Amino acid sequence: MELLSILVDWSRAQFALTACYHWLFVPLTLGLALIMAIMETLYYVKKDEFWKRTAQFWMKLFGINFAIGVATGLILEFEFGTNWSNYSWFVGDIFGAPLAIEGIVAFFMEATFIAVMFFGWNKVSKCFHLASTWLTGIGATLSAWWILVANAWMQHPVGMEFNPLTVRNEMVSFVEVALSPTAVVKFFHTVSSGWMTGAFFVLGVSCWFLLKKRNKEMALRSIRVATWVGIISSVVVMTTGDQSGVDIAKNQPMKLAAAEGLQNGGQRAHFSIVPGVEVPGVLSVLATHDIDGYVPGINDLINGYTLPDGTKQLGGKEKMVLGKQALADFQAYRAAVGKDSVAAAAAEQRLKANMPYFGYGHIQNAEDLVPPVGIVFWSFRLMVGLGGFLLLIVLLIAWYDRKGKLADTRWLLKAGLWSIPCVYIAGQAGWTVAEVGRQPWIIQDMLPINAGISNLQSSSVIITFFLFAAIFTVLLIAEVSILTKAIKNHNSEAL
Amino acid sequence: MITYQFLQQYWWFLISLLGGLLVFLLFVQGANTLIFRIGHTEEERELIVNSTGRKWEFTFTTLVTFGGAFFASFPLFYSTSFGGAYWVWMLILASFVLQAVAYEYQNKPGNVYGRNVFRGFLGFNGFFGPFLLGAAVATFFTGSEFIVEKNAIGSANLMPVISSWANNWHGLEALANPWNWCLGFAVFFLARLLGSLYLINNIDDEVLLPRFRRQVLIDVVPFLIFFLAFVGKLLLGEGFAVDANGVVSIESGKYAANLFGNIYILLLFLLGVVGVLAGIILTLLSPAFKRGIWATGTGTVLAVMALFLIAGLNGTSYYPSTADLQSSLTIENSCSSEFTLRTMSIVSLLIPFVLAYIIYCWRAIDLRSITRKEMEEEDHKY
Repeated sequence: MELLSILVDWSRAQFALTACYHWLFVPLTLGLALIMAIMETLYYVKKDEFWKRTAQFWMKLFGINFAIGVATGLILEFEFGTNWSNYSWFVGDIFGAPLAIEGIVAFFMEATFIAVMFFGWNKVSKCFHLASTWLTGIGATLSAWWILVANAWMQHPVGMEFNPLTVRNEMVSFVEVALSPTAVVKFFHTVSSGWMTGAFFVLGVSCWFLLKKRNKEMALRSIRVATWVGIISSVVVMTTGDQSGVDIAKNQPMKLAAAEGLQNGGQRAHFSIVPGVEVPGVLSVLATHDIDGYVPGINDLINGYTLPDGTKQLGGKEKMVLGKQALADFQAYRAAVGKDSVAAAAAEQRLKANMPYFGYGHIQNAEDLVPPVGIVFWSFRLMVGLGGFLLLIVLLIAWYDRKGKLADTRWLLKAGLWSIPCVYIAGQAGWTVAEVGRQPWIIQDMLPINAGISNLQSSSVIITFFLFAAIFTVLLIAEVSILTKAIKNHNSEAL
Repeated sequence: MITYQFLQQYWWFLISLLGGLLVFLLFVQGANTLIFRIGHTEEERELIVNSTGRKWEFTFTTLVTFGGAFFASFPLFYSTSFGGAYWVWMLILASFVLQAVAYEYQNKPGNVYGRNVFRGFLGFNGFFGPFLLGAAVATFFTGSEFIVEKNAIGSANLMPVISSWANNWHGLEALANPWNWCLGFAVFFLARLLGSLYLINNIDDEVLLPRFRRQVLIDVVPFLIFFLAFVGKLLLGEGFAVDANGVVSIESGKYAANLFGNIYILLLFLLGVVGVLAGIILTLLSPAFKRGIWATGTGTVLAVMALFLIAGLNGTSYYPSTADLQSSLTIENSCSSEFTLRTMSIVSLLIPFVLAYIIYCWRAIDLRSITRKEMEEEDHKY
């Protein structure tokens, strides 16, 4: 048990390490791709060389960031197989498809047109070059779509059926998988947070130029593009975040309860801004868009509860009993299949009824159904708090710029610069809520982490964890150093 | 009528095609092992790095797509091999991670570790990438030690794992089999040959050209020795046959029967070998001939495809288990459901379109060969 726990923890740590590093680079790729494409479009439409030079500067930073994003993404894809092999078979029939489509449709688009974008300025027409820049960004966004479809499916599995003969879940509706409301909301929430990252990166770097009284024209005009992108994307992030809350309340109520630290739920549930500061009814509004909406707490979800309309909801403990029954039904089916068709059909029938609780059969203790409340609670507040702060900053920058006072408002320029780490922390916190909040499930209600793992020695995973931690850190140091050097050395007037 | 069996074979064909394209695109890795060997001055090394630097993403993306397509179409392989032969795959991935950043960072101010460290990463990936990929693919013919027990998922065990590796070496044990080394080295030297041929085609430089041609001559001998030895072992040795009931057994001459029993695969293989040799021989015979990469590259795609096809078609286990023969993976017992394969097949119709725009863009960028003059004038270079 202890050995398993070590293996599971290190396998999770390795995946978290890779995902966190990957998410340092991807949002900037998504955001800068949009901003530099807008700038090149301005160059194409206005035929103003200034916009070409400016687009090229941001493209240079894009290229430095892009390489390391690609590198971390490779590991992430293969870790599904290397560290979560049971998972890969159990749901590979559904999960593999988005990954393959991502490769065929999105990665090749990105890889092909980025070469034209960087090396084609003097080789292809202006129009083809502009199209290539947009297609690079569209490729990156499409790849985000497919990987987020895959992630959303893990949060809310739909469009599949368990086949006890092949011992896996099989896809029965591609449309349900690819266009599930969870996937749609997750895509817009995540991609718009990437646009925010790009916008605040451009704002922050431009503010630094203004603080240093360098590249003033480039900085101010970049800020104008970035504020538009920043304001619009912040609004999209907030709107889709609200939708995401409703989706989580419906499909992952334990995640919501953990994010709120809500032990005992009910109607008119309180929202705690921080522990001890509570606003009555707000959680019900956020979760159900109804002040009288019922929000279950952690204890309700473990022990079972009754909705205001009298409907009884099963608790985790009851689901564990049904899950054990599902495992027994599965074994009965496997023992009978090919030998006793009547017994096999009966076992299959019982299994079908208990299948929604199959994953609960692998849960050892009811307490294991509760994710780490502290991490989820504070990550959620960090994400929302920083999101609000960033929106305020971008609105203030837009306002002062409109008044023509931005270049002389040093406190705001400093705040703009500091918005860069804030937007990264908000993004990391968001993923922490999403992923830590769904523990212990690798696939919600279907497969807990201990049942999804590869059978490896924990020592092997510990070694690769530190191997990749060292590689990623060494490369991150180089990336940040090259980026800062490129920014410091930039002289827009010299081009 | 598109049957489940047809879809399984169609997807094995696509995996074979991707495998062939991946080996061809390893010219990037092969050329990177020549940066210091052929580039005597900084200017010359810059030419080589910038030449492969405009193509590395195709290799990388093909590797990612190869993984994704294998996952989607044969998930039990993905689960068994990646989760089992852990160390081999991790080393392959680590080498590609280092490569991915090395281009962009090697020549940039502030890169902390210096230009040669990043170029060392390129060389590291240049050797270990092709060698380990070759050794990993060799296990398709030599076998691996794993056990598949699908009932495990229903047990109340704390870790109900379906596929388990049967030793604690997790893939490193493959290095105990000399035939895996043999294919590993064959792929490495092929990558080097392709690398030299690509550079001949892509760089217009009177000083470097004779060196690239000499390198082709140096690499062709070990390539032929390792390649012919492995093919000889395949054709003369035993294979892993699967009968109509899915029972796996060892059968002598299985791969020879697969190759000679199917005229299309035989033609594919022969055309491939002729293409590989034609590109090399023409380059060696004629100093003015610069298109060897296309003949050898096309030949590589075809020959590798043929090897994949004889590994998986005609009642053969493409990923045999030497620990438990009946756990061996076949395209039938390891593939996705009919629905998923059908859906993915519709998506695969986009592949010709993707190939078309890749070719179009490749041509647009490569319309003129890279020269020292271009390196001096280019705004964006590695």
